[in-house]
Amino acid sequence: MTRLALVAALVFLATVPLWIGGTYYVNIASQILFYAIFALGVNVLAGYAGLVSLGHAGLFGIAAYAGARIMNDGHGQLVVAAGALGVTLLVSAAFAVLALRGTGLGFVMITVALGQIVWGVAYRWISITNGDNGIAIRGRPSPLGLSLTTPASFYSATFVVFLLAVGSMAVFVASPFGASVRGTRDQPLRMNALGYHVWMIRFLAFLFSGFWSGVAGLLYLYYNQFVSPQAVALTASAEALLMVIAGGTATLLGPIAGAALVVVVKNVASAYIERWNFVLGAIFVVIVVFMPEGLVPGTVRRWRRALAALRPRPTAAG
Amino acid sequence: MNLWVVLAVNSITLGGLLFLLSAGFSLIFGLMKIPNLTHGSFFMLGAYLATSLIAHGFDFWTAAILGGLLVAALGGIVERLILRRLVGAELAQVLVTLGLSFMIADVCLLVWTGDPIRIATPAALRGATSVMGLGFPTYRLAISLIAVVFAVLLWMLLDRTRLGAMIRAGVDDPAMARVVGIRVSRLFTIVFCLGAWLAGFAGVIGGPILSVYPGLDQEMLPLALVVVILGGSGSLVGSLVGSFVVGFLYNFGQAMFPELAYVVLFLPMLVVLVVRPQGLFGRQAV
Repeated sequence: MTRLALVAALVFLATVPLWIGGTYYVNIASQILFYAIFALGVNVLAGYAGLVSLGHAGLFGIAAYAGARIMNDGHGQLVVAAGALGVTLLVSAAFAVLALRGTGLGFVMITVALGQIVWGVAYRWISITNGDNGIAIRGRPSPLGLSLTTPASFYSATFVVFLLAVGSMAVFVASPFGASVRGTRDQPLRMNALGYHVWMIRFLAFLFSGFWSGVAGLLYLYYNQFVSPQAVALTASAEALLMVIAGGTATLLGPIAGAALVVVVKNVASAYIERWNFVLGAIFVVIVVFMPEGLVPGTVRRWRRALAALRPRPTAAG
Repeated sequence: MNLWVVLAVNSITLGGLLFLLSAGFSLIFGLMKIPNLTHGSFFMLGAYLATSLIAHGFDFWTAAILGGLLVAALGGIVERLILRRLVGAELAQVLVTLGLSFMIADVCLLVWTGDPIRIATPAALRGATSVMGLGFPTYRLAISLIAVVFAVLLWMLLDRTRLGAMIRAGVDDPAMARVVGIRVSRLFTIVFCLGAWLAGFAGVIGGPILSVYPGLDQEMLPLALVVVILGGSGSLVGSLVGSFVVGFLYNFGQAMFPELAYVVLFLPMLVVLVVRPQGLFGRQAV
């Protein structure tokens, strides 16, 4: 049954460009996919490791900036991808070493500060990042000779990467490593007593998270063919976290649903009202206050409770 | 005047502003364990409110105090209506403050538009004052003086009064403080309002130097974060030292390495994190 649902979902997603009608919607679908990859990456830390990062847009943006710089230096696409992801991994390692000096709120604060450093560099170090004007690139790559210039072809390529990301997450969650990451979230002292190297487990989780954030950043660069400090602002980190929290942390589908929700609301909201940031903040507040476990589980819970309230109460003995 | 002297004066001024901003941030963090991410918004909102108050005929200092009070009232509402519902869920509290900061920033953009607004320097403090043969901008000296006065007042509040003793008890051991009959949740409201007032007030008196513009909140918040990480949370001395360190780093960094000002600013923070994670004046968490 679940296997059937999985196949149906895959067919549904793979054929989006065929039935959705209109390149505008195909582009939104592509955005949902690469933001979902980003949210999955953030979820590794925020959900499974219990380390909430508010600086992940920094990693996302570094991949985009590094990719843009390497591409504009005239290197081939393989070098661009490998270089961008390599840089992102190195920066992730540095971030991890610093941020893991704290856990809980300390971790949040350090990641905010680190994210703001990246933003400051993107904004001010004009000789490298071109400041507020951002960097434009020549065009999208053509892996295996397939052109990605049309929205539909870009969607398909993003979908392949998305599948890889989801697959790696599924493997991660089921693996002993995934279990040990959850262990460090729930019982760090016991994990330590059992002989696990808590710091190293968190460090590796951070790298894994950073890697997929970087992949998403690279796709973002290919999609927009442009990157500016906006991509690394605190708002961007908060949006990614909102996707995870909105959908439901520490679940595989939650971040994907959250990414879809945020991207759709953002596009719908910005079509009708200018105040996207207000809507973003309001969604944040409402979800955290009323549905801390995420929209999907939260709705289910409230629905059940409403149903239960309608039914006659069982007797105390029952 | 010598460039270095100018930089030093600017640094001390910024340090003074940062102290007003981060003392409240640090107390809130120390007592309530919330990195209040709306703190930068309080700073900006205070300044914006003051521009409207001044436009309605209030004088600068009344506007500064009133602007602070309005921000404090908002802080009280936020604490009572939202943060109170989330007691114990620290992460949820952080996220709510972040969400609120976006909402406040957007409302400010709607009300006061995107153009920078400069608050006029109070007439009595325009021009320069001569100290030891050097001319200093009077207003900047005044800010430094205000910061010193507030540092002393806050120190007296925390060290010499019953309320201060209760706050210190709440910072050190909230559970034990409750047991001996201190109403810690009321302290939360008091400290949150006090912190909001200080931030709003700092925004107003910073107005003549920094002016007010969208994004000011996101610029000040990381500075307050760095101050608290450097100085240690819940420590007044830490905030004071951290503020002036950050003030100097920021101004000298911008003058000497304009493109890397942010990196210069954050490097010492990283060093402190690696060497002494609880901050220079912080105490190890129990």
